[in-house]
Amino acid sequence: MTNALVTRKRGKRPARFDGLILNRISLTIFGACGLMLLYVLANGFYRNPGVFIQQVLNGLQLGFIYALIALGYTMIYGIVKLINFAHGDVFMVGAFSSFYAISMLDLHRWPEWVWADAPPALVTLPGTVTVILLSMLISGALAVVIERFAYRPLRNKPRIAALITAIGVSFFMEYFGALPFVYTNNYQTYDRPFEVTVFSAGQIPIWVIVSFWVLLGVSVGIFLWLSWRWKCGDVAALAWRRHPLLQFGLLFGGFMAVVLTLTGVPLRIGDRFWELSVSSVMLVIMGSSIVLQVLLQYIVAHTRLGMAMRAAAYDKQAARLMGINVDMVISATFAIGGGLAGAAGVLFATAFRQVYYLMGITPGLKAFVAAVVGGIGSIPGAFVGSLIMGQTEVLAAGFISTPMRDAIAFSLLIIVLLLWPQGIYGEPPADKV
Amino acid sequence: MAKFKKPSVYFVAGSLLIFLVIQGLISTGTLNDYWKGIIFWGGAITIVTLGLNLIYGFNGQFSLGQYGFYGIGAYGSAYVTYHWVRGDPAAMVVALFGSLLVIGLYAALAWGLRRFYGVTVKARFTFYLIITILGFWASVVVLVPLLGPMMWGFFAALPEAVAQPLVFFLALISGGMLAGITSFLFGLPVLELGSDYFGIATLGFTIIVKVLLDNTDTILPFPAMKGARGMLGIPRWTTWAWVFGTLFVVIVIMRNLLHSSVGRAIVSVREDERAAELVGIDVANAKILAFVLGSVFAGVAGGLRAHDITFLHPQSFHFIQSFNPLIIVVFGGLGSITGTVFTGFLWIVLLEGVLRLFLPSGYETWRFVIYPLILLMMMLLRPEGLFGTYELPFLRAAHVAKRQAIAQKPEEVPV
Repeated sequence: MTNALVTRKRGKRPARFDGLILNRISLTIFGACGLMLLYVLANGFYRNPGVFIQQVLNGLQLGFIYALIALGYTMIYGIVKLINFAHGDVFMVGAFSSFYAISMLDLHRWPEWVWADAPPALVTLPGTVTVILLSMLISGALAVVIERFAYRPLRNKPRIAALITAIGVSFFMEYFGALPFVYTNNYQTYDRPFEVTVFSAGQIPIWVIVSFWVLLGVSVGIFLWLSWRWKCGDVAALAWRRHPLLQFGLLFGGFMAVVLTLTGVPLRIGDRFWELSVSSVMLVIMGSSIVLQVLLQYIVAHTRLGMAMRAAAYDKQAARLMGINVDMVISATFAIGGGLAGAAGVLFATAFRQVYYLMGITPGLKAFVAAVVGGIGSIPGAFVGSLIMGQTEVLAAGFISTPMRDAIAFSLLIIVLLLWPQGIYGEPPADKV
Repeated sequence: MAKFKKPSVYFVAGSLLIFLVIQGLISTGTLNDYWKGIIFWGGAITIVTLGLNLIYGFNGQFSLGQYGFYGIGAYGSAYVTYHWVRGDPAAMVVALFGSLLVIGLYAALAWGLRRFYGVTVKARFTFYLIITILGFWASVVVLVPLLGPMMWGFFAALPEAVAQPLVFFLALISGGMLAGITSFLFGLPVLELGSDYFGIATLGFTIIVKVLLDNTDTILPFPAMKGARGMLGIPRWTTWAWVFGTLFVVIVIMRNLLHSSVGRAIVSVREDERAAELVGIDVANAKILAFVLGSVFAGVAGGLRAHDITFLHPQSFHFIQSFNPLIIVVFGGLGSITGTVFTGFLWIVLLEGVLRLFLPSGYETWRFVIYPLILLMMMLLRPEGLFGTYELPFLRAAHVAKRQAIAQKPEEVPV
């Protein structure tokens, strides 16, 4: 058979050399490119540390929003193996529902309906939480409806059919939203559910910062103690180490302590002050993102529903045989994922003050990329991947090339996939022979 | 004449008939410029989709990068002719002879790499990338002053009626080669990834291409492409004969490829990669071959489209558009050339022609509301596509017709 693609027997083989040297040469070239990149970033830091750290903080804000979207992607992919392209539009609907709740219903000021002259703190906090919860409810319900009517009938059909359906649902939601009597096809200014205050150095009371450090220190201490107990043979310590309150303490305490120290304490190098500031939007985004993620981790790791979800993600057939209602579990996954996307929509609109019928596409895709970078199907992976994604985007825009930020963000995807084909936290797929 | 089998004769005769009928309609002016544009567009999209069918339908590699290659081909060939009609042959020399030089260097490098064992894909990629950069740099420095005046003189000596189609042909070839080189470089490391990861990486590729096209005049050194403002002043050279001829050639190439042993190797990779490897098929090469060939088709189609609308804008190569070939290929039936050709034209004619003209005024935006609904109904009622794996007798091969596409098998059977 003469076929270029089929290995042929050759009469005399020419001498072959070890390719290790070539591999090392290419590694050196890659390493040099990486070092150049590091040099660019280090140069940016050296020139103006304040601006650099401010960019890192902005990236953190973006990353926390992406994390909420990415969690939905990763859970849905983990359980039904479907790239849910409609997820970005669920996010868009979340943003729009909060937009209408605020601009038409004034829902963010509902405590004033009950108590006419309530103090502002008592109005803002419950109002904001209500708006976020309403958006989560609406987008969660929407995700369930999409799953029920578009994906479930195709569950046993080829995977590509479900994928095309997801694209179709996404187009439908976008262009239905663009119709003049729905959202119209214009950008609309979004009224934030709370007033923005910018805290710069010296404006945050020192006891707040100290208390976050104490929270972090206590959590780390408990964590280390539990690790030590586990090493000593106490099996229960391992379960306690995953307790949601401990995780909350670690994550919330850690991020808040670092961010508030950087922005609240007047630091200086030589005769130059770091002019850093943090806005209340950023704090709200970080806080609610961490709360929701810890809640999700609790649901997945500690409840019966979470156990059923993990079982269904691992092996749907076996889960069904164990008496798990897989359809219900998938619906619940979509509801949770949609709810998180809705919350992300509110936070995104709050941060960028705009709503638009195509607003879900780019953040949705970037969050998906973040989920892949972190290892799709893994919840901590989605979080870590999103933080990396946010940093890449912001640092690329700030220090490499502003118009190329999307290109660099997606190059990151390709590079990560080449280095770790399953993502950072991903597990190698079960190879079916 | 005994050499030709009946289906071949019917196929050629039928194609000729279709060509003559539409050419007649265009010549007599029955089809106005609008409908002419729709048909040319349909032809270009069909060629792009045939490329995707080769990559996804026949080789099983889920790709969303087709519009990236389409964009590279469109901008590449448009840049060549833009400069050519303004009296500058440099772009043509670089795109044509530079690409040929790079392909030659690839062959030399592949021969050299065969002397080594244990070379990782990343290392191969690095060397191919370096060779590409060196090749194009050398063609700019050496080939342009060497071949530029010669080529210009040669074409000046030819009569205009011969020179113009020849230049157009070379421009299309250059666009295709540029797309092919890019797809080779991209596919070499990325094709190793599994199915979904490959799809995501190609989606990323489309986005990167779009961003680069947005910045052609600022970051890339191509001022005539004018970045996000859009490229104007491309000669209108595409005719129905060009569109039809290219489509015909692409179909015949695909048909002949898939009927050969190389084609069987490509299809076997779709059916079961591991089994294919076990019977001695070079899986990596089969994937690269299908991917590069599909991308070349997309690049040529880009050239046709660019010389039809004479205006290119990066927004037309947005990644959302790159779902279109996927939708068409699934609609027509994965692994069916007939279905792809039929659906490609149907899709453009319906979406851009019929729905746009016949919806009452003010309701044009409704067509993107109606079209996803049709898509959903289609997927619910007939998920294997309009044609399934049906082929015209000429295009049919035993192994294609008999087996179901692997992508059409259900993921799991309910208990």
